[in-house]
Amino acid sequence: MLDSIFFYFFAGLAVVSAILMVTRRNAVHSAIFLVTALLATAGIFLQLHAEFLFIVQVILYVGGIMVLFVFVIMLVNLDVAVRQMRFNRMWVVGLLLTLALGAQVYMVYRYVRMGDAPSLFNMAPAPAAQLEPNTQLIGQALFSDPYVLPFELASILLLVSMIGAVVMAKRKV
Amino acid sequence: MLSISHYLVLSLALFTIGVIGVVTRRNVIIILMSIELILNAVNINLVAFSRLMGSVNGQVFAIFVITDAAAEAAVGLGIIIAFFRNRETVLEDEMDLLKW
Repeated sequence: MLDSIFFYFFAGLAVVSAILMVTRRNAVHSAIFLVTALLATAGIFLQLHAEFLFIVQVILYVGGIMVLFVFVIMLVNLDVAVRQMRFNRMWVVGLLLTLALGAQVYMVYRYVRMGDAPSLFNMAPAPAAQLEPNTQLIGQALFSDPYVLPFELASILLLVSMIGAVVMAKRKV
Repeated sequence: MLSISHYLVLSLALFTIGVIGVVTRRNVIIILMSIELILNAVNINLVAFSRLMGSVNGQVFAIFVITDAAAEAAVGLGIIIAFFRNRETVLEDEMDLLKW
């Protein structure tokens, strides 16, 4: 019961602030609503017993990436952009894309629902105790066999993107 | 009672809103923010399936997705700053030249 209340609260918050993010004229307002959507997603993670990802979401997304976004919004000229047209003329394409995506997901859902066998959609979740020392389990998974190579490659990716960002933002190349 | 489809519908809604933002907005910064929203919707799926299966693998994948989002935001915002310095605009339909 409490689970459902938390889920509907955070899900509603996330969807409403995502819609506001896409439709606001001022880029700073969009950034603030994106922060709200990301924090609501962090709440969903907590409700799903993913405590480590909750903290990572709050610190890295809201504390790191969004500060970067707000900095760049301050650097580029806002006053001109506010007065210009918000949307381009692609809304028909957007609508069609959305309808196609929704129809596809609905068809998959119907297809899976039709069988009598217990499917993914009515499977009971595993007991939460299986994910219990959450940070410890994630650390062990990251440093054990299938994930240790992608983990090291991710550090190279971060290094390359750091160099790329510095080179791009530098005044004279 | 919450089932996996609740999370899938939430994730689909956020993904779709992000796609609409990418396709229809003109400001490149807001397009980048919509891409962050899309990646976030994918993360909800991964974590929900991780909870359903009782395995931590989905959460490890979500960590990799967050890493990619950070790298993409850094490089993308660097490109936007370089572009704004040259052309004095952040609107995507005026970005129609590779060199000027």
